[in-house]
Amino acid sequence: MNSLKPMRFIGAIFFTAILGMVLAVGFAAPAFAQDAPDVGPTPPLVLKPMESHIGNITGHAAAAKSDYRRYCAGCHGDLGDANGENAVWLDPKPRDFTSATFKCRSTLTGTLPTDEDLYNTIQRGITNSNMPIWNTFTRQQRADLVAYIKIFSPRWDKEKAGDPIKVPAEPPVTIDSIAHGKLLFTKLECWKCHGPAGKGDGPSSGTLTDSKDNPIRPYNFALGKDDSRFKCGSTNQDIYKIFMTGVDGTPMPSFADVIQPNDAWDLVHFLRTLQINRHGKENEILSAAHGVIPPYVDKNPAPAAAPAPAPADNKSPGGGQ
Amino acid sequence: MRTKNILLTLLTLLVCSSLMFAGTISGKVTYTGTPAKQKPIDMGKEPSCAKQHATPVTNETVVTGPSNSLENVVVYVSSGASDDGQVPSQAVTYEQKGCQYLPHILPMHVNQELKIVNADQTSHNIHPLAKVNREWNKSQPPGTPPISEKYDKPEFISVKCNVHPWMHGYFAVLNTNHYDVSKGGGDFKLPNLPPGKYTITAWHEDYGTQTADITITGTETKEQNFTFKAKAY
Ligand code: HEC
Ligand code: HEC
Repeated sequence: MNSLKPMRFIGAIFFTAILGMVLAVGFAAPAFAQDAPDVGPTPPLVLKPMESHIGNITGHAAAAKSDYRRYCAGCHGDLGDANGENAVWLDPKPRDFTSATFKCRSTLTGTLPTDEDLYNTIQRGITNSNMPIWNTFTRQQRADLVAYIKIFSPRWDKEKAGDPIKVPAEPPVTIDSIAHGKLLFTKLECWKCHGPAGKGDGPSSGTLTDSKDNPIRPYNFALGKDDSRFKCGSTNQDIYKIFMTGVDGTPMPSFADVIQPNDAWDLVHFLRTLQINRHGKENEILSAAHGVIPPYVDKNPAPAAAPAPAPADNKSPGGGQ
Repeated sequence: MRTKNILLTLLTLLVCSSLMFAGTISGKVTYTGTPAKQKPIDMGKEPSCAKQHATPVTNETVVTGPSNSLENVVVYVSSGASDDGQVPSQAVTYEQKGCQYLPHILPMHVNQELKIVNADQTSHNIHPLAKVNREWNKSQPPGTPPISEKYDKPEFISVKCNVHPWMHGYFAVLNTNHYDVSKGGGDFKLPNLPPGKYTITAWHEDYGTQTADITITGTETKEQNFTFKAKAY
């Protein structure tokens, strides 16, 4: 194994040299940034010919280069690593695109979001964070930015986006659906983080951190008003997707394997009633019932809970035997 | 036909000889210095788990045994093994029981099926904080079937349950089946190694990694011990 040693030595020299270069660039950066904020040091980044497809629009990474550096790099960093010059001041931190872990997905936990998911996030911005709403861009500009985000992680070269989960049509809101949703909220222990009244104060809420070890609070439903949004949308469909697919990179887990599609709608209806100051059909039906959610009575009890089958792509090929 | 027979004979010979001349690397993992005291865990917020432990359990970041032995060290062949891609067909199982992970560190081969079981009366969310592999996070309420997963790249993955912040463990995803985890007494054993040059790595979640180069020439048992320096904080 002695033969390895010279190699290691050469490796060490290379490493030191590269480290030196990185440091030099790093120190030079603030000086540049003072004079011309959008002409930082050229990132040692290979501009891959990434594309995005949104409806009939095709986005091209190359076309978004200047928009990204002008509008996004200040927070997300030239290298997409969330180390933009403003990042230190922000809480929550900007997304680190090098890990390709995204909060807002219509796809299963652990999979890449669809192009539409990213496109919608950019258009919508992220409420309760510093991620702005970018609705002044043209659709083409947004599509190009979606493609640009993909140059930062090698996962986009090898993996396809996950399949969007199927969301069945929303059944009517009834006091029964709200009651069943409440039962699920208790049984599935959402309250451990979100609190019994959804105020974000459950027994585990004080210890939560995101995957980069920054403290994070569970969503407080009680703050929801008529115009409030969630990070990942504002419609009942969006809520459905949020808890079914999970908020990746945070403690908020996916429930896709444990909640049946129609049960999920009941849970959505109950969550809306936790938004006590919001005017909507759920709260109307609750007030018609004098504000009391009755205990849920199962009309056709199933013999045993049959959870949804695991998605095919999550199964190990060797798992058959 | 003839060539096939010859090939078959050669193959049999090869397999037999490699088994006949298989060596073993074994040894002990110990520490020097004074390890930090492991803190007792208060499971008061989860009575269904608390009552499963007659005496309170402690953190498992550093688990020691008699004569300065160190447990939960993954010792594996990090170079020289030729079984990369030989994925065992049986699954490995990770159990959540009494609000602890059993085992604390679970080694597995890249792409081997991993089954995650919840044996508790409470919901856990299983959240492996993978960086090289993909990060996912799933809720597993009591009584639901095992979660089946696999990882396609080697990585030591820290595993967490966000509901029960004291729960912490590791997946050791390796591209070899030649691995062991040091148990009580710090002992480990890597058998069935055909003659060749190997690098073996010992990995501890808090104390880091160490490597050693070892050559196996025939049916022999080579001893290789590892000593880690304890971090006292
Ligand atoms: C002022 C700082 C800031 C700027 C400028 C900014 N972002 Fe963000 N961005 C954030 C923050 C903070 C988050 C994380 C919010 C959170 O996790 O709740 C984020 C998250 C994201 C996400 C992740 C969404 C997900 O599902 O996880 C995308 C995609 C994104 N930004 C794209 C962009 C693009 C494209 C631009 C430029 C047009 C941009 N951002 C400009 C602060 C910024
Ligand atoms: C382990 C703790 C935990 C559990 C259990 C949990 N959540 Fe969450 N949840 C969170 C955290 C933390 C966030 C905030 C994520 C963020 O800000 O990025 C969140 C956010 C949310 C959001 C808002 C996301 C957005 O886009 O703004 C919804 C809706 C939600 N959770 C629903 C649920 C439901 C329904 C359940 C039970 C079926 C549940 N949660 C269980 C921790 C948890």
